[in-house]
Amino acid sequence: MAGTAVPGRLTWQLAELVEVVVETPHVKTIAFDVPSWPGHQPGQHVDVRLTAEDGYQAERSYSIASALDGTRVALTVQRLDDGEVSPYLTDELRPGEKIELRGPIGGYFVWEPSEGGPLMLVAGGSGIVPLMAMIRTRAAAGNHAETRLLYSSRSEDDVIYRDELERLSGDGLRVVHTLTDSQPPGWTGYARRVDAEMLAEVGPRPAERPRFYACGPTPFVEAVAEALVRLGHDSLAIKTERFGPTGR
Amino acid sequence: MDELMLDGNAIGGLLREVFAVEMTTAVGTCGDCGAPGPVGAVHVYRGAGIVLRCPHCGNMLAKIVKSDSRVWIDLTGIRALEVTI
Repeated sequence: MAGTAVPGRLTWQLAELVEVVVETPHVKTIAFDVPSWPGHQPGQHVDVRLTAEDGYQAERSYSIASALDGTRVALTVQRLDDGEVSPYLTDELRPGEKIELRGPIGGYFVWEPSEGGPLMLVAGGSGIVPLMAMIRTRAAAGNHAETRLLYSSRSEDDVIYRDELERLSGDGLRVVHTLTDSQPPGWTGYARRVDAEMLAEVGPRPAERPRFYACGPTPFVEAVAEALVRLGHDSLAIKTERFGPTGR
Repeated sequence: MDELMLDGNAIGGLLREVFAVEMTTAVGTCGDCGAPGPVGAVHVYRGAGIVLRCPHCGNMLAKIVKSDSRVWIDLTGIRALEVTI
């Protein structure tokens, strides 16, 4: 049942698709208008629920990609070929049509500009989505917290938000890409999986007491978190969000 | 390492359905090793039900089974839960 959001209690709400942006061959951003949206923090997610004609329901969680913008909520969704929900969201849903969602959800994997930096964001594939919400919120707030993003993608074509990240770079934000599977001609950047050496080169030193947010497939996040602890960073300053095996 | 492992963030919606407040920032204390930590950081395994494990010692903190009309929760492995209200 869709209803009005009451603080505390989560209710399913009807969300109308208002815009679709093709990000990469496998990834689209779908923006919804949610009339009773109570606002959100960067890093939070929503649950999406689809109901079939026979009553069968499927629920999935998707990170919010957008900074707070009234009743507009953008999700960036990777299409999983054998997925139950993502092919419908990316291929079937048309502007003007509605789905059910509830949120915002989460308070642990959240960063607010007032928390400051230095901030180190580490993304694997579509793990960039909640981190992009942080970067967009930082930019919208005119916040200058020192922020570094280390972003691992398979190839240049798989880099989500590529142009916007380039545009937002500078002003305390440094974006470093690594392309693990294939690189364009003349690529001089990293061309391997994220490892301790790369994190040490790109990230702040432990003495700077940085805060870490790592998001991506479970093996990626595990490797990043273990490497950061090995480099001497405080494990309590490392926040993680794991996607499971299929996010990348 | 199990590729199917998620973290407590992934069940934030379900927990809010039951507890009616944001639970990923709640601090749970492991009944085995005694380590406190945010629910958002616990290890989560989804199968027929959901299993929550301590990220420090692997102890089973809780089991959750959901049907259309009920949620069943076993909290045997959690010594204490501190919730902001």
